[in-house]
Amino acid sequence: MNSEKNEREPLFSFKNRKLLLNPLNKDNPITVQVLGICSALAVTAKLEPAFVMALSVIAVLAISNVIISLLRNGIPPRIRIIVQLVVIASLVILVDQFLKAFVFDVSKQLSVFVGLIITNCIIMGRLEAFAMSNKPWPAFLDGMGNAFGYGWILIVVAFFRELLGSGTIWGYPVFDKLGLYDVGYKNNGFMILPPMALIIVGIIIWIQRSRNKDLIEEK
Amino acid sequence: MKALRNFLDKIKPQFEKGEKFEIFGSTFEAFESFLFVSDKVTSKGSHIRDSIDMKRTMSVVVIALIPALLFGMWNVGYQHFLSLGEQADFWATFWFGFLKVFPIIVVCYVVGLGIEFVFAQVRGHEVNEGFLVTGMIIPLILPPEIPLWMVAVATAFAVIIGKEVFGGTGMNILNPALTARAFLFFAYPSDMSGDKVWIAEKADALTGATPLGDALVGNIDKIPSPLEMFIGNIPGSIGETSVIAILIGAFILLYTGAGSWRIMFSVVLGGLVMGWIFNLFAINEYMQIPAWEHLIMGGFAFGAVFMATDPVTASQTNKGKFIFGFLIGLLAVLIRVINPAYPEGMMLAILFMNVFAPLIDHYVIEANIKKRLKRAKKLINI
Repeated sequence: MNSEKNEREPLFSFKNRKLLLNPLNKDNPITVQVLGICSALAVTAKLEPAFVMALSVIAVLAISNVIISLLRNGIPPRIRIIVQLVVIASLVILVDQFLKAFVFDVSKQLSVFVGLIITNCIIMGRLEAFAMSNKPWPAFLDGMGNAFGYGWILIVVAFFRELLGSGTIWGYPVFDKLGLYDVGYKNNGFMILPPMALIIVGIIIWIQRSRNKDLIEEK
Repeated sequence: MKALRNFLDKIKPQFEKGEKFEIFGSTFEAFESFLFVSDKVTSKGSHIRDSIDMKRTMSVVVIALIPALLFGMWNVGYQHFLSLGEQADFWATFWFGFLKVFPIIVVCYVVGLGIEFVFAQVRGHEVNEGFLVTGMIIPLILPPEIPLWMVAVATAFAVIIGKEVFGGTGMNILNPALTARAFLFFAYPSDMSGDKVWIAEKADALTGATPLGDALVGNIDKIPSPLEMFIGNIPGSIGETSVIAILIGAFILLYTGAGSWRIMFSVVLGGLVMGWIFNLFAINEYMQIPAWEHLIMGGFAFGAVFMATDPVTASQTNKGKFIFGFLIGLLAVLIRVINPAYPEGMMLAILFMNVFAPLIDHYVIEANIKKRLKRAKKLINI
């Protein structure tokens, strides 16, 4: 036997680092794969719910990726979607209960969208595409990477929407303290509406593509 | 004129490729062809080869807008003095309106053209002329009391998100001027609708609602007489009130061929048909007003003449133009009468149909292909 193959791969080898870091930028689930858009539009009117939503998705995606990866050899292919759904649903219920217990206000703001993490395309997508055919550690990194990629977009969008739409950052009235309202500034009501989230995501995609030429499709 | 031409010819070499001011080449080109008819002709394709470029067509539209603009300026002053109950002579009235309207126009052009120039430099293409018209239309569809910074934000939004992301003039899906208005409408509703904004510096005692605002809340008897709405000495957006001024513009557009008669005609037809349908049901007072009155209320005439006919965002095929226009008229009146949140339906109707224009064209072309195939098959069978 080849002794080199038996040697353990370092925890953060080049390949593993890429699993973690690629989804943050050039494999981003929202801006490149265009998954999970629905929740990105719905929960980003304020920073706090967006942050909690990002944390919830990080928890659910990382843990479910590991669990499915551990189970991958025992899952019969014909019912694998059902198994995946059971795992995700149980985790989402856990997260939901946790939020209700500790941050009830935010949980009320997020309303159905916590439950709808179950249908978040990113999670099903990663389970199908990665966890089903990889070991637990890479699966964990992949889950973390994708969830963080989702999370930072959410937070950036929420930052601009809250700042321009309500004039606050995390509830703190920035524009009011700066005295902008006294000189005639008004909050942009359009920012509160979901279409504006789509436009901001669009602008992020625009910036990302003009910086990274690999992402531009051939005509 | 000759001195100017000589001056341009003298500095021109400095802007050519490889020279000192190469990066401002497109800026120079834009000013040169704005001042003088371009000496370039179309080189490729089966076009008529002359030097009428887009700037000349756009200039015609700007000229057609001038009656509405001048009337709008006068009307802004007239409404102001009327609400205060003061008497003012013609020039004082006009001057007041001019001082209100002119800053809006300046802000629009500075912001819009500024962005256009930046994009032209970065992308290395010629400056797009489309903004000459857009920058003139935006002020005309805003209320006179709009804060200038809002005009700037909306113009920037319309030019960047409405036009430049799609590739600039000729590639945009939505009419940029209406994008600016829609942005303001949703972002700052209290400055764009209601009855507070339509008269500049008005007396508090007056409500100053537009005819559409009155009609929607059921004050049908408060609507001005048709003659007033036709002449246009009523509160409203700066350029939309006078149907006479708009008709002069329409005549210029049709005479020069810059606007499509098919679209104008079918928008009017669509509005009339929907008005008649409402007359048939006539459940409430708003539905009972004569169908033709919808044509002279609010922004219907302005939208039909200047915005539905935008050659970029309208349907391209002749049959498509009829469908496109008809549905705009239909939807505008439908939204007006049925939807309590939107007193004026013209903006949303045109934007909505802008989105559908390519689809309409697609099916018109498909139908034509099918028809000709059928004919060809018949010939072969004989």
